Amino acid sequence: MQKYARVVTGCLLAGLLLACSAGESNVAQGNREGILHFGNGSEPQGLDPHVVTGVPESKIIDALFEGLTRKNPWTLEPEPGAAASWEFSEDRRVITFHMQPEGRWSNGDPVTAHDFVWSWRRALDPAMGNLYAYMLYPVKNAEAYATGKLDDPEQLGVRALDDMTLEVTLNAPTPYFLQLMDHYSSFAVHPETIERFGKATDRFTRWTRVGNIVTNGPFQLKSWELNRRIVVERNPHYWDSETVRLNGIVFYPTENIVSEERMFRVNQLHYTGDVPLNKIPAYRSLPNTPFVEAPYLGTYFYLLNTERPPLDDVRVRKALSLAVDREALTRNVLYGSNNPAYAITPPGTLGYQPPQLFTHDPAEARRLLAEAGYPGGDGWPGLELIYNTSESHRKIAVALQQMWKDVLNIKVTLSNQEWKVYLDSVSEMNFQIARRGWIGDYVDPNNFLDLYITDGGNNNTGFSDPVYDDLILQRAPRAASQEERFALFHEAETRLMEQMPIIPVYTYASKHLVHPSVKGLPANLMDFINVKYIYLEDVPLTEFELE
Amino acid sequence: MWRFVVGRLLQAIPVILAVITVTFFLVRVAPGGPFDSEKAVIPEVKAALEAQYRLDLPLGQQYLAYLGDLAQGDLGPSFKYPGRSVNELIAAGLPVTAELGAYALLVAVVLGGLAGVVASLKPNSAQDYIPMSVAMIGICMPTFLLGPLLVLLFGIHLEWLPVAGWGDIPGDKILPSLTLGAAYAAYIARLSRAGMLEVMSQDYIRTARAKGLPEWQVVTRHALRGGLIPVVAFLGPAFAGLLAGSFVVETIFQIPGLGRFYVQAAFNRDYTMILGTTVFLSTLIVLFNLLSDILAAWLNPRLRAQYGEA
Repeated sequence: MQKYARVVTGCLLAGLLLACSAGESNVAQGNREGILHFGNGSEPQGLDPHVVTGVPESKIIDALFEGLTRKNPWTLEPEPGAAASWEFSEDRRVITFHMQPEGRWSNGDPVTAHDFVWSWRRALDPAMGNLYAYMLYPVKNAEAYATGKLDDPEQLGVRALDDMTLEVTLNAPTPYFLQLMDHYSSFAVHPETIERFGKATDRFTRWTRVGNIVTNGPFQLKSWELNRRIVVERNPHYWDSETVRLNGIVFYPTENIVSEERMFRVNQLHYTGDVPLNKIPAYRSLPNTPFVEAPYLGTYFYLLNTERPPLDDVRVRKALSLAVDREALTRNVLYGSNNPAYAITPPGTLGYQPPQLFTHDPAEARRLLAEAGYPGGDGWPGLELIYNTSESHRKIAVALQQMWKDVLNIKVTLSNQEWKVYLDSVSEMNFQIARRGWIGDYVDPNNFLDLYITDGGNNNTGFSDPVYDDLILQRAPRAASQEERFALFHEAETRLMEQMPIIPVYTYASKHLVHPSVKGLPANLMDFINVKYIYLEDVPLTEFELE
Repeated sequence: MWRFVVGRLLQAIPVILAVITVTFFLVRVAPGGPFDSEKAVIPEVKAALEAQYRLDLPLGQQYLAYLGDLAQGDLGPSFKYPGRSVNELIAAGLPVTAELGAYALLVAVVLGGLAGVVASLKPNSAQDYIPMSVAMIGICMPTFLLGPLLVLLFGIHLEWLPVAGWGDIPGDKILPSLTLGAAYAAYIARLSRAGMLEVMSQDYIRTARAKGLPEWQVVTRHALRGGLIPVVAFLGPAFAGLLAGSFVVETIFQIPGLGRFYVQAAFNRDYTMILGTTVFLSTLIVLFNLLSDILAAWLNPRLRAQYGEA
């Protein structure tokens, strides 16, 4: 028997060692062949630009498709995309786009202005169920059409003057409109391909599958293995294919960021979508570190339900906010990777600086709480804070809970909820304090400030101020200059923070591990990647030895 | 025997129907819906989406429509992955999970069986205590701890094996199979030790020894078959458990299997996907239980006689 045992054990060990003949790593092979191995967070819902929502989807769709413009990753200024040039009318309400003369779909068909008209009608059609339809609302009649109040698509403010000229009419001058042309909800899809597989507004057809899909971006779809990888390769018909330097990209659905970090460490990935918090100090201390962090256009905050006592009292809301030591929080809990936030709009959004009305002020916080009727925490009715289940949200909530206890001597209980339960609680306003984050869809303060208009779909606090509504909805869009517009935003945001329906905590930062061989991938405020400019340098492989 | 099999299959139908009904209504009771997202959804858009997925019908009608589709083998479209049917998602994930489960079972049977048999040969000696202690640790150690430990040792420090993937790099199937198989190996070690101990005290073993057979032949030719019956009875449910419970290992090692879809479907409120995978896996569990009963009967003449009479 023991002899058998030895033979079996021997065989197992031999098999193990045989299997371990370490092959060439993805990064080494990729650098040689010009293939980028990209950790992309999760399996995309799909690849139809008018159906999906989400960051992993956007990374793949940006490689496959192209809107009228495409952002420069260094400056975030719009560069020619499917449109070669554009001009604004005198009143800045009409934009005329001139299509790329060499613009081609991946099957060789020309990309025309008609394709965009057809696609925008599809994107806005209520039957499509496009969650991002509102991105096109600045276009004349778009909102009425998308909400079924207008049936005739001919009345939409988008028309093709000829194959090469697209005219877009806006409701009002919209300074950020060109930015929206780089968002996938405004991308064109290939009409003939979609109609070959079903109705224009069908969500369930097979048009996005390998072999079926036709795209107009720098890359085309090569293979798609569910939950394993998506591979794209150069699109030979792309109008600017001379600029494209990569031969392909492999997107991995790296859901587990701990595994993703391990894959990076053994050179299976060039790029990770995220970095586990506890690994940040070790990576930072590496010489020539692959850790890249940058401010990101998003704010982490808490919603306060202003309709429920004791939070219906502005003094209580202010006391809670002033008691939070954001500097200590970002330094100790977040490893210094984020900046403290004192307003909803991230600083430096297109040059706009939000007001800072307060700092960490325990004495003032105690005074306000006493004034509200809870001196030293006496008579405090208790509060509940909800957050969606996540270790990092829990750490932050625990830190705030302790600060409120120490500074105000009040008790706040924490309650974690599963994601969809949490979403339900927030949208039904079934909470007292709720964790929240907001990432900008485009770089403009408007994208943050219009959250808090009265009864806004994402308001969720009960905050309502007619002057604020007027500033955001009426006066800012009509401002004559950007300075005037920003001054109006500043006035509105000051009103918002005086009422404190939210407790801003920190501004987001994008965090990635990027292999030293990857070039042309600058960090920017939108965490935007322009795949056209990425290339790989054949540098010697690095061993990332973490302590 | 046939009457036994057919009888058991007929018993399975109400069980599976009950599973479908309970799951169908339970997922609807859970707060939050498939189209809730962090950003507010335009009411008209939500209505259009609900119509596309028949969610605008009364619940009873939705249930009957689902049963009708199910009878034709159609598990419906996924909510989370528009353009993919649940049948397609299961078909994509199942081969991977089944392969992982099969390797894990192999690991479990070889390591566990060997440890159990070796331990049973000299009960209450070091040869017994050491493998059994290791087995106890194996049962107690959760996969989410064992997996990362194995990765750290073999993947990162020794650099012998890949840290993640499935079928991409040679050897990337070893660590997941070991991780998933370890807990089951520990169970099998204990089961086979107990089974062997019982068999080794039987009269026919004494007879075999009295005939003068060498000990290893007594074990392999006479004792094993009887001693491993408890293990065989365990294998059916174990394999079903491996299929349904591979989620953690699939997540740690980035394996494109069914387990990840199954658990994420619940988080996403992907109603059709939750139902589809639940129906599919519960059917599998019923079938594997039946299979292991049949196998046990085949190995055990006493049981066979009993079924034959019934």
